[in-house]
Amino acid sequence: MMTSRTAEIWVGLFVVAGFAALFMLAMKVSNLSAYTDDDGFEIAATFEDASGLKVRSPVTMAGVTLGRVTDIKFDNSTYKAVVTMQIESRYNQIPAGTSANIYTAGLLGEKYVGLLPGSASNPCDEEKLQAELEGREPDLKGLDCSPQFLKQGSHIKLTQGSLVLEKLIAQFVSRFMEGDDSSKQKDSD
Amino acid sequence: MLQAIQHLGRSGLDFFQRTGRAHILFSQILIGIYSLLPRLGLLVQQVYSVGVLSLLIIVVSGLFVGMVLGLQGYNTLVDFGAEESLGVVVALSLVRELGPVVTALLFAGRAGSALTAEIGLMKATEQLSAMEMMAVDPVRRVLSPRFLAGFISMPLLAAIFSAVGVLGGYFVGVGLLGVDEGAYWSQMQASVDYHEDIMNGVIKSIAFGVVVTWIAVFEGYDAVPTSEGVSRATTRTVVHSSLAVLGLDFILTALMFGES
Repeated sequence: MMTSRTAEIWVGLFVVAGFAALFMLAMKVSNLSAYTDDDGFEIAATFEDASGLKVRSPVTMAGVTLGRVTDIKFDNSTYKAVVTMQIESRYNQIPAGTSANIYTAGLLGEKYVGLLPGSASNPCDEEKLQAELEGREPDLKGLDCSPQFLKQGSHIKLTQGSLVLEKLIAQFVSRFMEGDDSSKQKDSD
Repeated sequence: MLQAIQHLGRSGLDFFQRTGRAHILFSQILIGIYSLLPRLGLLVQQVYSVGVLSLLIIVVSGLFVGMVLGLQGYNTLVDFGAEESLGVVVALSLVRELGPVVTALLFAGRAGSALTAEIGLMKATEQLSAMEMMAVDPVRRVLSPRFLAGFISMPLLAAIFSAVGVLGGYFVGVGLLGVDEGAYWSQMQASVDYHEDIMNGVIKSIAFGVVVTWIAVFEGYDAVPTSEGVSRATTRTVVHSSLAVLGLDFILTALMFGES
């Protein structure tokens, strides 16, 4: 009877240890703890070049992760990449004039989308600016004067795509060669 | 010449007969699991001898495999100045491959051989026939609990192996070689996906558990009831289940991580 009791206790401990290990793998090793509820809002941005960016790449502002890339598509009419991002719903005060850039973490690290805050300009401000330029009274009738934030379905217009290392090197090399040629020409003159 | 062909034919027939018997036994074991429900004590006893007694070898080898991964990974990565990624290397190789596979190999050696020897000796000493004479079905009474115990123990052991291995890599990488602690954990969390990596590792270990215990139980049940037959069956268990694990691992890896 005693042996069966100790066996049962050991089995209980074994099962607990197994599930604790699985829990540790889930929480400490994998990104499960970083999973957020799907209550965020989706924004989109069009990039000239989204090479290296992957679904689930982080979207950051000031180095803090605000959300994840959920979809990368190719736009067949503009030949650009349309990147859809999910932002956590508590970050609902990102100004509408925010720009998106694709950066690389470290020299060889993974790509991520970095957001740079812009102005929270609204149609009202634009109308005021326009009126000031034209020297007339601004017509604010029917215009929304509250600051504009990114919300579900917003589209970021100011973007800069990935920097491809080969392109940079090619540019650098060609400029270097040109510089070389012109200096030679100067010498010959 | 004719004799050679006859020999070939006989071994071919033997092979198919054995495969058929193994599958019939497998289905009988699965049916036997239902009648196990009112007698969970049998299962607990088997989980103890299959799982708990394998715990020591699993924990120790997990720790050392993780430590070696930390050491080797560090030496390779430091050449590229990427030693911060040590956590990723250790965690991905453990969770995806080494955890399930090494656990299954050790499990085959530690628990599978014991299962085969035990069941084979039961057969050789005619305990199984005695059970049948008492109208006790040896498949339900002896084989089903052992099979289910292996099925339950294997994923738990693999999870423990991976977790201990990650800690071993942490001790060597962070404690001994001076990798930044935050980088070790955060890079690991950024690159290891719960569904993609950890769940697939668990699925792998479940599949290995089924295959290893199935082979072990069948070899014991099908052993020639002599001391030589039992020893041969034990050897076959270890060899066949190790080969099956490695082959199955390739197929599962190709299916799971092939397209990404």
